[in-house]
Amino acid sequence: MTLLSLGSGVVQASDELHVASQYQNAMGQIQNNAWLLVALPLLGAAVLLLGGRRTDRWGHWLAVALSWAAFVWGALLFFSLVGLEPEDRSRVVHLFDWVSAGSFKVDAGLLLDPLSVAFVLLVTFVGSLIHVYSVAYMEHDPDRRRFFAYLNLFVAAMLLLVLADSYLLLYVGWEGVGLASYLLIGFWNHNPTYAAAAKKAFIANRVGDVGLSLAIMGMFAAFGSVSFSDVLSSSEGASEGKLTFIGLMLLLGACGKSAQFPLQSWLGDAMAGPTPVSALIHAATMVTAGVYLVVRSGPIFEGAPNAQLCVVIVGAITLVYGAIVGCAKDDIKKALAASTMSQIGYMMLAAGLGPVGAAFAIFHLLTHGFFKAGMFLGAGSVMHGMNDSVDMRRYGRLSGAMKITWATFGLGWLAILGVPPFSGFWSKDKIIEAAFIGEGWRPWVFGSAALLGAGVTAFYMSRLFFMTFQGGSDNKRWPKDAHPHESPLLMTAPMMILAIGSAVLGLALGVSDGLVHWLEPVVGAHGEEEPVLPVAVLMTLTLALVALGVALAWRMYWQAKVPAVAPRGSLLTRAARRDLFQDDLNEALFMRPGQYLTRWLVYVDNRGVDGAVGGLAALVGGLGGRLRRVQTGLVRSYAASMLAGVVILLGGVLAVRI
Amino acid sequence: MDFPWLTTIAAVPLVGSAAVAALPSAFAPRARHVALGVSLITFVLTVVAALQFDASAGLTGTGFQLTEQHQWIPQFGVSYALGVNGIGLVMVALSTVLVPVCVLAAWNEVQADRAKIFFGLVLVLETMMIGVFVARDVFLFYVLFEAMLIPVYFLIGTFGGAQRRYAAVKFLIYSLVGGLVMLVAVIGLYAAGPGGEHGFLTSNLTGLEFSGVGVERLLFIGFFFAFAVKAPMWPVHTWLPDAAAEAPAGVAVLLVGVLDKVGTFGMLTLCLPLFPEASKWAAPVVLALAVVSVLYGALLAIGQSDLKRLIAYTSISHFGFIVLGIFAMTSTGQTGSTLYMVNHGFSTAALFLVAGMLISRRGSQRIDDYGGLQRSTPLLAAGFLMAGLSSLALPGLSSFISEFLVLVGTFTRYPAVAVLATLGIVLAALYILLTYQKMFTGPAKEYAAGWSDLNAREAWVIAPLIAVIIFLGFYPKPVLDVINPAIERTMQTVGVTDPAPTVAGIETDGGGK
Repeated sequence: MTLLSLGSGVVQASDELHVASQYQNAMGQIQNNAWLLVALPLLGAAVLLLGGRRTDRWGHWLAVALSWAAFVWGALLFFSLVGLEPEDRSRVVHLFDWVSAGSFKVDAGLLLDPLSVAFVLLVTFVGSLIHVYSVAYMEHDPDRRRFFAYLNLFVAAMLLLVLADSYLLLYVGWEGVGLASYLLIGFWNHNPTYAAAAKKAFIANRVGDVGLSLAIMGMFAAFGSVSFSDVLSSSEGASEGKLTFIGLMLLLGACGKSAQFPLQSWLGDAMAGPTPVSALIHAATMVTAGVYLVVRSGPIFEGAPNAQLCVVIVGAITLVYGAIVGCAKDDIKKALAASTMSQIGYMMLAAGLGPVGAAFAIFHLLTHGFFKAGMFLGAGSVMHGMNDSVDMRRYGRLSGAMKITWATFGLGWLAILGVPPFSGFWSKDKIIEAAFIGEGWRPWVFGSAALLGAGVTAFYMSRLFFMTFQGGSDNKRWPKDAHPHESPLLMTAPMMILAIGSAVLGLALGVSDGLVHWLEPVVGAHGEEEPVLPVAVLMTLTLALVALGVALAWRMYWQAKVPAVAPRGSLLTRAARRDLFQDDLNEALFMRPGQYLTRWLVYVDNRGVDGAVGGLAALVGGLGGRLRRVQTGLVRSYAASMLAGVVILLGGVLAVRI
Repeated sequence: MDFPWLTTIAAVPLVGSAAVAALPSAFAPRARHVALGVSLITFVLTVVAALQFDASAGLTGTGFQLTEQHQWIPQFGVSYALGVNGIGLVMVALSTVLVPVCVLAAWNEVQADRAKIFFGLVLVLETMMIGVFVARDVFLFYVLFEAMLIPVYFLIGTFGGAQRRYAAVKFLIYSLVGGLVMLVAVIGLYAAGPGGEHGFLTSNLTGLEFSGVGVERLLFIGFFFAFAVKAPMWPVHTWLPDAAAEAPAGVAVLLVGVLDKVGTFGMLTLCLPLFPEASKWAAPVVLALAVVSVLYGALLAIGQSDLKRLIAYTSISHFGFIVLGIFAMTSTGQTGSTLYMVNHGFSTAALFLVAGMLISRRGSQRIDDYGGLQRSTPLLAAGFLMAGLSSLALPGLSSFISEFLVLVGTFTRYPAVAVLATLGIVLAALYILLTYQKMFTGPAKEYAAGWSDLNAREAWVIAPLIAVIIFLGFYPKPVLDVINPAIERTMQTVGVTDPAPTVAGIETDGGGK
């Protein structure tokens, strides 16, 4: 009896073992095939682009399905990592030998770890929601198929970017999102302004790419490798000078992609793309890539305090800059774009603080992904109901006409304000706290910037929200032919899901520091550093400033009647409307001198360089004319002159020899 | 003696050319069919020959394979000696891929009564291009190097645009001046070498003890000058925009895509191994010229109003990169340069050919005469954009790998030079995207209302090029595997090694494993 039960126990145990090994096997398969994450949306893009008009009818649904399929695989991947011990949650899946040239060798491989998987989930989930929304939003566009092909390409490139196991492969995804954004910003490029905006985005990104390229070159020169594992594990051995160079170049790259000062000017113009594109660029893909790059390269910045300081400075400048610009914009999308710039500034600032802030940078990136995507889709819904007008001065009191849009947008608004318990509160407050950690002048300057930014954010986001949805009955500033109405379910459903995320994601990830612990193996643990002011004081100050901002906006844009045409405004307002003269500066410093240089060079090349050689040619021609007389047609004299020539040549050679 | 693969590959187009010439005039329109067939046979033969090539054996013996050697003019030490290493092989492959593409592209461009001349000359040119890449005898190389001018001269001068005579003569004069300087150096090299029946064999001229540094340097300059004109580098580049702008698109492809590579090919496979010390001596100046070429070519491209001139200037910029990688004297840079020669061939071919398709529809090369074409002819627009993205070295496309290898190889030895050259990537984005913006974006224009988009023949011209560009971007291994041993050998001959990583103690076995 006992023997029997023992036997059955053994069987059971081996069964369990079997099940366990099967489970592990399945998890391993999920990880080994992580390339599907990139391949699925890429396949969608290929089918839609190569299939042409034949795929018009169902192409968008294929794109949606493949994007969701990538999400499902990402979720499985997440669970396969959750099952492991924290220190085992990093795995490189080798794909193939990619480049091997002389001493430069790079394999194509995917790095699966808590950081990359967090991005995968954000990109695929928010990205897929945007896909769904776009089915309805782009319904009447004759090129909807092409639009979805580019969306899929965008998602594939972003996934490659975050999953790459080396800086070089990351660069492929990096430029892939650049290309996808170029194609999507210029999707309606029959409008010349939009075409120019697309080009501008690509060029600004290319300036950043110079940085990324040089950083990778510097890594190879220093470490003989460009894979994350080699570079990041051995960065301690490199001199500070080298790491500073690499760090600053990485920062330049990040500035281009993430629209940080001084390469931020493309982001506002990028609103030329259809609104779902803006949501994609601002929330799930593209602009978050710079933050990813800085956080991923943590060990490099750890060894280069000066580069780190530059990251923080760039973040601080951009967050204030974006906030100021955001206050003056009347175009709802441009106001949101400025807000993105500012929020990414927060993330950059946090990323530059090192382990103290890196996890919060990612935390804010995730929550921001939800609420910003939600608000952009909301803006699209508003435009949908307002004949594609983007002028908030012609909105007002839309809350009644589009209730779902109003409610979902409202949740996003509360989240970005950092009102407890909504998402932004959990992530942004932590960044403000982290900014106040440190010694000397830094915590005071950076902390104050972050704190001030929170107040200004509250003002301009409330301004946006009130101008669009609120106000008294005299604030219905709608154009005559506008009949605002709620958008179809395909559009509102993604907005509702994102709104739920805006409401609870911060709580879910922030309570008991779940996300911070999850990321700890990658970004390092933050110590017990205390801010220079007590946390409670900081929190109170933040909330007070936020309340002040909201109150001010309430008085100016809800209570008072908003003029339907923008008043002239103060000097600062006018400057902010022009993005604080960034474009004018670029034009004066680079564009116009560049044009003059090019024109001058073209002139010189035709007259100078060519002229000099042309003159020589004329000389030769004249000589030739004279020489013609020598050509007597006698073979004998040719032979003699050839002989003479050879003798002279050989003589010359011998003379040099002697 | 094994089967003479290289002679066969080189001879087939020549025979084909004779066949084209011999066609009765009633069958003159068939010349293009014959030319296409012959060039495809040549391509297939090249593939078969390439399969005989053992990349891993690149470091044994002379490093050359598929060798043939016969006496030619023993009195002067001239031999008929052929053979390829990895570098030569990929160049031959590039040539034989591009010729059928160009024949197909020129299908309807040439009047039937002149088709015999055109296609006959193209095939003669193919023979010479192949010959120059497989010659193992310096004199044979020189003869082919000069003889190549003849078909090109006639192709531009006869079939080119309005300024064709001027362009052809300019091309000829530049090339002849370069060639004559080289001739002096060729004779001088013979005098410095061991002489005898095989005195011109490259293997006999490698590792010479020159009687003085001055001799080696002078000889180096003689060769280098000719190659710099051919490549072309700043400031001897001005013939190229004229020649490329006036040449028919298919000829421009062969001119810029293959012929000019003879210059950089010569630098890598003749200048460096024959004159190692002089090459190292000249490297700083050459690198400076290369960087100037990179930036100057790109800036000039931005300023062009003529589409084909623009592409020519982009190539001057690209040749700057190739020379940069060669003279940075790192295995990474030189491998990158060799791969660059291949990739540039494909991307420039695609650009020129799409440009040709547009020009044949519009009847103008002026960029300002275009606009809004993405709405009217989306496939042509897509083709141009893909070719352009390849030209600006978009990561994921083949040209990125080669350009990055050049830069990273240069950086390890000359960081400042690499930084300057890297600025070229911004300029590249400008010259491509500005052009795309002007020609393809904006509202659809009336002039293009009746245009047909890419037709089947044109698709067959462009699609293979784009497929190769994408494939080699993700999987350059087949080409790199062939190039690597040849470069390793070149580095040994020159006597240079890669700078070691400055931070010691890392096992670099290729990426994260």
